[in-house]
Amino acid sequence: MWTLTKKCILYVLLIALALICVLPFLLMMVNATRSGREIMTFFTLIPGDSLGENWEAVINYFNLFRGYLNSLIVAVPATLLTAYFSSLTGYALAIYQFRGRNLMFGVIVIFMMIPGQLGLLGFYNLISGLKLVNSYIPLIIPAIAAPGTVFFLRQYVLSVLSKTLLEAARIDGAREIYIFHKIVLPIMAPGIATMSIGAFIGNWNSYLVPLIVLTKPDRFTLPVMIASLSASTDIATNQGAIYLSVAISVVPILIVFAFCSKYMISSITAGSIKE
Amino acid sequence: MARNSVPAGPAKKKNINNVAYLFIAPFIIVFLIFSVYPVLRTLYLSFTSYPGYGEPQWVGLANYNRVINDKFFWEALWNTIKIWSVNIVVQLGVAFLLTIVFSDIKYRIRGLSVFRAVFYLPNLIAAASIAFLFKTLLDWRFGTLNQILAQLGVDNPIPWLTSPDIAPFSVAMINAWMWFGNSFIILMAGVQGIPKDYFEAAAIDGANRWKVFGKITIPMLRPILIYVSITSLIGGLQMFDIPFLIAQGTDMTAILRGPLQTVVMYMYDFGFRTFQVGYAGSIAYALFLIILAAAVIQFKIMNKED
Repeated sequence: MWTLTKKCILYVLLIALALICVLPFLLMMVNATRSGREIMTFFTLIPGDSLGENWEAVINYFNLFRGYLNSLIVAVPATLLTAYFSSLTGYALAIYQFRGRNLMFGVIVIFMMIPGQLGLLGFYNLISGLKLVNSYIPLIIPAIAAPGTVFFLRQYVLSVLSKTLLEAARIDGAREIYIFHKIVLPIMAPGIATMSIGAFIGNWNSYLVPLIVLTKPDRFTLPVMIASLSASTDIATNQGAIYLSVAISVVPILIVFAFCSKYMISSITAGSIKE
Repeated sequence: MARNSVPAGPAKKKNINNVAYLFIAPFIIVFLIFSVYPVLRTLYLSFTSYPGYGEPQWVGLANYNRVINDKFFWEALWNTIKIWSVNIVVQLGVAFLLTIVFSDIKYRIRGLSVFRAVFYLPNLIAAASIAFLFKTLLDWRFGTLNQILAQLGVDNPIPWLTSPDIAPFSVAMINAWMWFGNSFIILMAGVQGIPKDYFEAAAIDGANRWKVFGKITIPMLRPILIYVSITSLIGGLQMFDIPFLIAQGTDMTAILRGPLQTVVMYMYDFGFRTFQVGYAGSIAYALFLIILAAAVIQFKIMNKED
């Protein structure tokens, strides 16, 4: 009996914690449908009828859909590049014997631990020297070299790929790159998918690097655009519009998460568990 | 690792391992340009005076001297440490309690995958959106939280984000809210990786819950605990997005920047606002050295507890 009571208390606490996680998003969605004046005067969980007006205010203030498009233009290619080149590099590190391999592996591990802020000034200095400010190249191309992903995929190759399979293919006369594309990539697919989800979320949510690279508002990615809200004065007087802008930026991720939370969660543990 | 055996046919004389250089070439080239060079370039700039254009002027250790004597740098570091400490205690504390609850053999709490997904949710959203969401929810005059509190009978609205005393605490809690699910998932995966026999053997020996926890779970989790706490240290001391966006753009900016000023925000101001790029570089390296020292100390402590 006592055990059952304690169990019930635990469930109540867990549900309370879950509510704390969800409530801000719920309030956001409710408030997005209420007028600024309603929001300022009282609190309720019943949706209002001002969604249309708030929508007008948001649309008139900035083009969030441009932000969406920009974020996609950056995040999709960056994720694909990370997925392909990290697989290729991780596979090479795992399978081939070549001079400098251990050095390279060591450097990769060191760079996984180096704080990102350390290269920020040099990075900006480099891209402004290359006249790449406001270009998406500095946001996309560096994705080719993702040390953390390479590290994980190397471990992954070592744990899932059997060498006899490679040797059989070689005896059949297959070229190395062909072996990689036709045999290795499909076997690595689950690991690659896991890392790609993590990479995509990272790219999609990234704020500091786009903030320094992009200066023209029509080039802004979604987070930079949302963050530019604070500079506004007219929209800030209408809290409903602020809630709606934030909701527009958040809801698609929530929908994607509802469908693939399992994969997303496995991408978190991937980095920490040694194979 | 065993050397790959190549069939000894005459056509296969060429060493297949040479193809590895082609495979790693794109990574190496991009890595050198966009990762290694910027880090070294920042190091070089930290020894110069550089306004963002023209040629950097070599000034030796002058910038580092300035960092050491810059009370605003140390204040920013102290702010960062304060916010991070509250953040990490709450974040890991909650994650740890959750791990205990969900790994308990007696209670068998159900719904792990649902709870895990919900707890992880805040971590999925861009910091920019989170910052604006809380900026509006926690607004002291019109925010929803104070309205709820008012209905519960709290008469004075609490200045969650605008009081220099409360704002750092609020930022720490927002960060903890964003990250506890992430820590929980990693810790829980670690627990699930512990072989079941250990727990069963302990149950047969009649060990109670706390004994099992102290003698099996914690020691087995140690590598993961080290991983979680060191990565949060590295990430936490670089805190930028949330305090930056919370402090930005209100009429309270001047007051708030004080307690919410973190080291990376301070570096950002010099590097990208007032363009004392050389000085910003020395701040970046000073922070790096501090993070490195802290991580090494933390690793030493955690690794020799036995």
